[in-house]
Amino acid sequence: MSPWPFIFAAYGIAMVGTGGLTLWSWIAMRRAEAQADALGRRP
Amino acid sequence: MHVFANPARFLKIARPLTPILGWSGAALIAGALYVGLFLAPPERLQGESVRIIYLHVPAAWLAMGGWTAIAVASLMQLVWRHPLAAVAARAVAVPGAVFAIICLATGSLWGRPTWGTYWEWDGRMTSMLVLLFLYLGYIALSGAETEKGGEGRITAIFGLVGAVNLPIIHYSVLWWRTLHQGQSIDFLRGTSTIDGSILWPLLASALGFSLLFGAIVLMRMRAELASNKVEARLKRMAAE
Repeated sequence: MSPWPFIFAAYGIAMVGTGGLTLWSWIAMRRAEAQADALGRRP
Repeated sequence: MHVFANPARFLKIARPLTPILGWSGAALIAGALYVGLFLAPPERLQGESVRIIYLHVPAAWLAMGGWTAIAVASLMQLVWRHPLAAVAARAVAVPGAVFAIICLATGSLWGRPTWGTYWEWDGRMTSMLVLLFLYLGYIALSGAETEKGGEGRITAIFGLVGAVNLPIIHYSVLWWRTLHQGQSIDFLRGTSTIDGSILWPLLASALGFSLLFGAIVLMRMRAELASNKVEARLKRMAAE
């Protein structure tokens, strides 16, 4: 049995998981901070 | 630690620290995984499938480290009532759960060519699955408690009680010798049975994922603090 399909599947899952989590967290942070800044500027 | 419990002081440090941790972590992960995938030698018995170690072991360490952080933050919340402790614990829960899923998935993919099976109800694998369920329970409980306007004390107690699973995961390979291999790295004694050509990319990968984990936690904490600020401001505006 060739181990390479399992190796590539493992790397794919790890990259998609960490990349997706990082992107989701970054977007959520940017959106929340932009909303807070916009509200803070209102008189 | 009390010095950093002030949200304004925390944000002053977290804002510049987030990109530093994120980019240095991403660079270290890219380098370590390139070495692990293309340059490191295959293992004598397992062959090429050992390359999954560069993902599986850091994911396992971070899943366990994540719950350790939740337990410490929960203790700080319950004892010292630190305003940031509950925010920090909640910020760790989702990345911790994701790394537990990565650990289980990559372990399963490593098991098939090495052991001939994707899953076995072995002590290490089962206790790691329990950790994932604890994370999911924690996320659900903290969401429900926040929605009801609670202080998060029940969630903090759950975070502390759940830490009992950590020594079970650690010692499972000694208590129940079944399929999962024993401990290969002993940080307390500074010894390892892994050859240097595999060990160094593994440690570099673990450091890279740890830095990225830190950046993700900071991003999630910043998002929650900003949302709390918006909510408080909207409440003030509605009251005026």
